[in-house]
Amino acid sequence: MSDRMLTMAEAVREAMSIAFDERPEVFLLGEDVGIYGGAFGVSADMYHRYGAERVLDTPIAELGIVGAAVGAALAGMRPIVEIQFSDFTAQAMDQIANQAAKIHFMLGGALHVPMVLRTPQGSGTGAAAQHSQNLEPWFASVPGLKVVVPSNPADAKGLLLSAIDDPNPVIFLEHKLLYKIPGRDSVPVGSGRIPLGVAKVVREGKDLTIVATGIMVNKSWEVCEKLAAEGISITLIDPRTISPLDMQPVYESVEKTGRLLVVQEGPSHAGFINEVIAQMAGSSSFGSLIAPIKRLAGMNIPIPYAPQLEKAAVPQIEDIEIAARDIVKNWR
Amino acid sequence: MTTAPLLIGHPLASKEHARHALLYMCRIRKFEEAVEDLFGRGMMHGTMHLSIGQEASPTGMCMALNLTDQITSTHRGHGHCIAKGADLTRMIAELLGKEIGYCGGRGGSMHIADVDTGNLGANGVVGGGIPIAAGAALASKMMKSGKVVVSFFGDGAMNEGAFHEAANLAAIWKLPMILFCENNKYGMSSSTEKAFAIDNLKDRALGYGIPSVNVDGNDVVAVYEQAQIAADRARNGEGPTLIVAETYRWKGHSRSDKNLYRTKEEIEEWRLLDPIPKFVEKILESKLMEQSEIDAIQAEAQDQVIAAVNEAVKAKSAEPSGLLAAVFKEISA
Repeated sequence: MSDRMLTMAEAVREAMSIAFDERPEVFLLGEDVGIYGGAFGVSADMYHRYGAERVLDTPIAELGIVGAAVGAALAGMRPIVEIQFSDFTAQAMDQIANQAAKIHFMLGGALHVPMVLRTPQGSGTGAAAQHSQNLEPWFASVPGLKVVVPSNPADAKGLLLSAIDDPNPVIFLEHKLLYKIPGRDSVPVGSGRIPLGVAKVVREGKDLTIVATGIMVNKSWEVCEKLAAEGISITLIDPRTISPLDMQPVYESVEKTGRLLVVQEGPSHAGFINEVIAQMAGSSSFGSLIAPIKRLAGMNIPIPYAPQLEKAAVPQIEDIEIAARDIVKNWR
Repeated sequence: MTTAPLLIGHPLASKEHARHALLYMCRIRKFEEAVEDLFGRGMMHGTMHLSIGQEASPTGMCMALNLTDQITSTHRGHGHCIAKGADLTRMIAELLGKEIGYCGGRGGSMHIADVDTGNLGANGVVGGGIPIAAGAALASKMMKSGKVVVSFFGDGAMNEGAFHEAANLAAIWKLPMILFCENNKYGMSSSTEKAFAIDNLKDRALGYGIPSVNVDGNDVVAVYEQAQIAADRARNGEGPTLIVAETYRWKGHSRSDKNLYRTKEEIEEWRLLDPIPKFVEKILESKLMEQSEIDAIQAEAQDQVIAAVNEAVKAKSAEPSGLLAAVFKEISA
């Protein structure tokens, strides 16, 4: 069988199914993950294939179910817990930030928490402020959590398999707009892993480096294509794992391009992408920059409801295009 | 090493059982007195939460558990750790910030875990351990390991959402779990009268479809007897039980407590209900031991704690050099 085009929902489901087949201790729990197939259809038919015990429907109780995942992980299982919307992790934050993240360190290494928390994030569905947030910095700022933000189906599959293998808690943030669309690249068959903590150079160019996370990688790709026709060539880097963060490819690229644009969906204030800027500013590659670093991020507002308002709240392709063209044209 | 072998069974089943129950209650008492003393003399930093006066509850509960059964504990957790079999030297060493401490100095008083004795960890967040215990009980059920999981918590935790969510999960999934509330009457300064609109905390269980029982938390025999029933239910697949052990915290909540919210008279009344003499009386009635043997056990507990303190004081201090590497567990090939 050859590689296929899959959507991210299909790729995530395939990774979970492979892990289910490989390890009896892997199971999925969450609200409506069973016969309903998950709010976004990610678990789909897994309930029928693996049974109610391994595809475990829970009451609406995010703190309780994440806590149950933590406890099951401590006791030898490998739970994948799905939180229906990343916004609802707020309900479970004690178990995520105070328990899962700290147990291995705080208890002197006596116990560890091999748990994956998968959750859809991001705006663009008209679901308004409590169902549309990008919470990358919440998780990235807690030592003890690994945080993965896949931008395409192939990466989602390989990264999720690594996340399930990992003996530590991993937060896996899936953008809901990517669930139903096929990626640009086919998804390998088989059980190949993509290691956590390794950034991906999506394409290489000489005029500008763009670092973007999640869905912003896809939007930036469109810009790269469009500006290539104008003779502007861009390196696009997807960190894939925002904790731990692999900056090496960013340094190497900036040394060649001399220009850096960073793009994230979440609000600019204290956002994750600021960490990329901070590390760049403190690195020996900083001297290679011939232009000020440009940041594109969401407005510092809750995500609004109406489509035109929602669009205005986060960077769009046109915004990235303008920023990229300006930085290349204005700094030579 | 200052670990004594664990013994399972009724505290009055034999002389050995009586000895075990008394020794463990005295170990908890002497340990906490030593901790208070070390704090008083400025040899420990941070804070600590003493459970002096509550020793019968963890001791009675843990005598109904196998070594492989598991517990989650609380910020006031020294008693749970000791009752489940933790090593006194490593506990003191942790409080003193030593390398041989249970957490290598990274956790302190509120974060002692001991995998060898089934202790999944004390917890600095009120109610934090209850969902974790439910998860461990879920694992027990899924892995068919036969393990019972006990979550110890205080009355204060029963007003946390974590209690509600975990109790409901335990009930609907019929988990092999015991929800063990030590009702010591105060969540820091808030009395149960102020924090609950029900008179009896065990009534909360009705809302989850869980059986529940009150027990004299200062009577190690009574605690054991209810613990045994609950453990049997769990082992037989009949699901969780809520035990509410009525007890009292003699000391303040933590070091900063000036006891402004309760009277000296109330504390004195409860001191008269000291769980240790209460059990001694029962031992003497049962004629399992003479007073001289009882005195010897109490002295033995004191000696064990002194030996643990002496060994821990001499141990090497924890170093900051390994901190970064300790955040994540290494991925094994």
